[in-house]
Amino acid sequence: MQALYAQLLVGLINGSFYALLSLGLAVIFGMLNIINFAHGALYMMGAFAAYFLLNVGGISYWWALLLAPIIVGIFGMILERTMLKFLTGLDHLYGLLLTFGIALIVQGVFQNYFGSSGLPYAIPDQLKGGMNLGFMFLPIYRGWVVVFSLVVCLGTWFLIEKTRLGAYLRAATENPTLVRAFGINVPRMITLTYGLGVGLAALAGVLSAPINQVRPLMGADLIIVVFAVVVIGGMGSIMGSIITGFALGVIEGLTKYFYPEASNTVVFVLMVLVLLVKPTGLTGRAA
Amino acid sequence: MPETAMAEAPVKAATGGNILQVRNLEAWYGESHILHGINFDVNAGEVVTLLGRNGAGKTTTLKSIMGIISKRAGSIQFNNQEIIRATSDKIARMGIAFCPEERGIFSSLDVKENLLLPPVVRAGGLPLEQIFDLFPNLKERLSSQGTKLSGGEQQMLAIARILRTGASFLMLDEPTEGLAPVIIQQIGHTIARLKKEGFTILLVEQNFRFASTVADRYYVVEHGKIIDGFSNAELAANMDKLHTYLGV
Ligand SMILES: Nc1ncnc2c1ncn2[C@@H]1O[C@H](COP(=O)(O)OP(=O)(O)OP(=O)(O)O)[C@@H](O)[C@H]1O
Ligand SMILES: [Mg+2]
Repeated sequence: MQALYAQLLVGLINGSFYALLSLGLAVIFGMLNIINFAHGALYMMGAFAAYFLLNVGGISYWWALLLAPIIVGIFGMILERTMLKFLTGLDHLYGLLLTFGIALIVQGVFQNYFGSSGLPYAIPDQLKGGMNLGFMFLPIYRGWVVVFSLVVCLGTWFLIEKTRLGAYLRAATENPTLVRAFGINVPRMITLTYGLGVGLAALAGVLSAPINQVRPLMGADLIIVVFAVVVIGGMGSIMGSIITGFALGVIEGLTKYFYPEASNTVVFVLMVLVLLVKPTGLTGRAA
Repeated sequence: MPETAMAEAPVKAATGGNILQVRNLEAWYGESHILHGINFDVNAGEVVTLLGRNGAGKTTTLKSIMGIISKRAGSIQFNNQEIIRATSDKIARMGIAFCPEERGIFSSLDVKENLLLPPVVRAGGLPLEQIFDLFPNLKERLSSQGTKLSGGEQQMLAIARILRTGASFLMLDEPTEGLAPVIIQQIGHTIARLKKEGFTILLVEQNFRFASTVADRYYVVEHGKIIDGFSNAELAANMDKLHTYLGV
């Protein structure tokens, strides 16, 4: 039983990362119509930003949670302004190839300087240790990651679905020309939206640093699974990508307990099944 | 009327000072050249109607003024400011509002969000109570999904949302298209009332029987040019010509 709970917790943690990353992908896809293959590399940059903030600047984890997404978000906005912007109206394939190329370059540069092994990032003092819940032992940091990710995901959902700014975003996703003709600076909004999606990826990177170490290829491995999550959930829906992210993490965790041999493939098997039954994903619209 | 004369001597205006001056406006969709030198004026407080057959270039004219069509040439002066090179968000912020032919109601927004979407660009827009006074139907449907409204209600919403913004120059593209006579009448009343409130309106209409109830002046668009223009008083005298132009 202990082992089942432990796997469930691992599942929830992975689910947190899936949710944060697929949420960012969904936001970016909605507004820019780009399948952002650079997402894994930007997640990695978030972890590295936290690492440098701590080891070079002496800036704590708590500040890194705020600063790393901003720094990497700005890097993302520069990418958008200098490159992605020019792909407006072209086939998805171009965006995919460009962002894939960016991912390879960014990862290559980091690998060149830091090799492939992981750099350690310590759990902040306030989140060290664990709690005995009776039925299981809960490392506090892991609990924090799940709760904080959930809060950030729901906050993003609220921003997009319930606020005036979110209404601009949803409207511009449908008809950017008309929204611009109402006086809204849509190109700037697109840049900021890309920054938001990238910032979410970087935030996931910071959260993961104390758990998974900081490695140049940490995002490359993860992003493949995240894309499967996105295919299953469908690109179009904000809440859909959050729920699918957490759910697939948990399903993966359960598989690890009940049938460990399949734990690495279960997400992809599900993806194939969903594609056969509903090619636009469970909650998605046609891409 | 010969086209060359149009540029120098546009049809006499009925009221107020000149608010919009379009000269030699040309526009392209990609490689296809659609507008070939459009000339006309709109004066403050007027309702001016563009008439013309399908595909004549009426919508393209409005979109060019709004800055939605990026490839355009010539001159468009709004309140004596050149806007031919401005982007559409800048143009909107100068006080021009556009109600598109296809209405452009957003399906991912509810009615209230649709109504409040266009940002206020200057003071002087209609307060919400007055908008609900004009369109009582909308008030009862505020939480419905935008595209769940009927065609007529969507048209009302598309007009209503640009009245809040403080824009005083409204461009309405075929607001009566596909609507029942009662609703057309309601839209006619609305336009008349907006005119009384001081709005200037550039209207595109195929239905000149409807247009004649609200318009001060008309221009006829054909093959991307203005080929004729006259005031409402001259409408009766121009009926035969108009039938030929419009093929009705
Ligand atoms: N997006 C577009 N791309 C290419 N050509 C277009 C586009 N939109 C319109 N056209 C062409 O431009 C010409 C003028 O179209 P426009 O929509 O301005 O006509 P209109 O006078 O508004 O007609 P209607 O009364 O049918 O609305 C037409 O020949 C049309 O085929
Ligand atoms: Mg038209």
